[in-house]
Amino acid sequence: MSTVKYWQAVNTALHEELERDESVHLFGEDVGMPGGPFAATRGLRERFGEWRVRDTPISESTFTGMAVGAAMAGLRPIAEVMYFDFITLAMDQLVNQAAKMSYMSDGAFAVPLTVRTLCGGHRGSGPQHSQSLEGWLAAVPGLKVVWGGTPADAKGLLKAAVRDDDPVIVIESLSLWTRRGEVPDDPDHVVPIGAGLIRRPGDDVTLVCWGDTVPSALEAAEALAARGVGAEVLDLRTLSPVDEALILRSLDKTGRLVVVQDAQGPCSVGSEVIRLAATDGFASLRAPAAQVCPPFAPVPFAPDLERAYYPGPDDVVSAALGTIEGRDA
Amino acid sequence: MTVQQDTDTTTTSRRLYRTMARIRQFEVAASKLMATGRLPGTLHVSIGQEAVAAGVCDVLRRDDHITTTHRGHGHCLAKGGEPKAMMAELLGRETGYCGGRSGSMHIADPAAGILGANAIVGAGIPIALGGAFAAARQGRGGVAVAFFGEGAVAQGVFHESLNLAALWKLPIVFVCENNQYVELTPVSVHLAAKHVADHAAPYGIPGARGDGNDVTAVRRAAAEAVGRAREGGGPSLLECLTYRWHGHFEGDPQRYRDAAEVAEWKAADPLKRLAATVSGDPSQAAGFTAIEDAARREMADAVAAAEADPVASAGSITAHVYRRPVPGGALA
Repeated sequence: MSTVKYWQAVNTALHEELERDESVHLFGEDVGMPGGPFAATRGLRERFGEWRVRDTPISESTFTGMAVGAAMAGLRPIAEVMYFDFITLAMDQLVNQAAKMSYMSDGAFAVPLTVRTLCGGHRGSGPQHSQSLEGWLAAVPGLKVVWGGTPADAKGLLKAAVRDDDPVIVIESLSLWTRRGEVPDDPDHVVPIGAGLIRRPGDDVTLVCWGDTVPSALEAAEALAARGVGAEVLDLRTLSPVDEALILRSLDKTGRLVVVQDAQGPCSVGSEVIRLAATDGFASLRAPAAQVCPPFAPVPFAPDLERAYYPGPDDVVSAALGTIEGRDA
Repeated sequence: MTVQQDTDTTTTSRRLYRTMARIRQFEVAASKLMATGRLPGTLHVSIGQEAVAAGVCDVLRRDDHITTTHRGHGHCLAKGGEPKAMMAELLGRETGYCGGRSGSMHIADPAAGILGANAIVGAGIPIALGGAFAAARQGRGGVAVAFFGEGAVAQGVFHESLNLAALWKLPIVFVCENNQYVELTPVSVHLAAKHVADHAAPYGIPGARGDGNDVTAVRRAAAEAVGRAREGGGPSLLECLTYRWHGHFEGDPQRYRDAAEVAEWKAADPLKRLAATVSGDPSQAAGFTAIEDAARREMADAVAAAEADPVASAGSITAHVYRRPVPGGALA
């Protein structure tokens, strides 16, 4: 184990995968000579050369499409879409091409493609550099979507994505970029796609979180413990497909559900978790589920506005207590 | 030496004619199937445009890559696609290239280097770029060809792809099959530049424009561009001027053009033009007729075989959504 920052864990994962497999190639904006806009690709071009790690023009649709074609032709490309918001420019290649190529070719083609993208929320980045669009991608059959909430998961999920034979979207959090955490040193340590994780056990309420909201869910659980409420923190880690069995097991124990998310509520991964609770998990529920999320509005820039926009630990605590009031009544 | 050259020319002409005849007969057969209600969905045929597919693919190796469009049957056949599996796909049979799940616009075949026909205008261009990137990395002198229509030239990915290919000197040839109508409107509605080939110069790559109904000329231009790409000379843009005899889709009432224009272009039939070059030689002319008859029989057999095959079953609907489904996840 080593204690490293989130971005360093990403950087190590990229080094290890490029080292392990010559078919792995990385391209995107500023990933080569500058070492990445946020240092995630630092040192890679020097070590692996210009063809393995290459700066592209600002052409998200085209370099993502190039990655799709290269994957179909036998390589394992990693395309970096600098900010999550820019993935909208690559949507044809992700939704119509990468996601459907295996299906459309009756399995003849595989697309072992990894797309890394960084969510810029909580940093004053404004309405076009802060969005959480994971629900868009999780709604597309053929794509897998993961989002690590700790340095270890950022590394392990990225490595799993590179080794997977399907297109995987790997979302990373700039809000967690310099947080430290324990990370396994084993170069073959991967976090399996599709497996959620109970980060903190508890008996009274399940807090479902992922990515940016993992720290605030853990902080809320701590505050709830001080009030004698046992909150179970369930980090989804994979957003498509979600670990339904883990969610249902946790609900079976707690009977209460609070979903904590930075994405707006409607048509989101969180609403899908609540759908699961209302269908397969209905018999477990002892209270209405709660969704703690921003208002249905773009992400504002001004620091005060942005703080007011995103849910924080206090909002999670209130929502959790709200699901519990019924028990004591 | 002269005799040898003549033999080579004859062999090449026969091969090109055979490719064009197979495309023509495939398309005619598919068109008839739709007209008689036996082929479901939407169909775009390339009758009249055969010389572009035949001329370009004649200089490609089996391991070279192509991408093509919604009007892509010809390119797939010329690149080595199997007509029976193609016809079965058009007819929604489980023996089709895509198990009947994709239809006419998505023929794909790794063994023949076909990285997919594509129903999104322009989308195949960056995918071909990926084929070229992989070829450059694999170091076997492979190239990629992106076939697209003039309508795709208005899409951003066309310009982005020329730019990136030029910057990285990728082994790719951009082949624009300019049939002069973008769906239901003439090219003048779509492109500000006078010619598609004019877009090569701003990106600093060679561009050429020529008669896309002259298969020998197409082959010559393609040989030069493909040869350059193979030798590390980077990308080129070819504009092949041609015309589709049928509508944008089968059943298109074609109110946007008149019969006289269609008749004029039918007179410039690429098959007849190649046949005319051997009309002074009765034995060769007879050879061409025999090639055409064989192609007609081949496609009739493909139709008969495909129609006898089972239709795709509902049990296969979720197959191959993922190569590696997540245990416990959807579709596991």
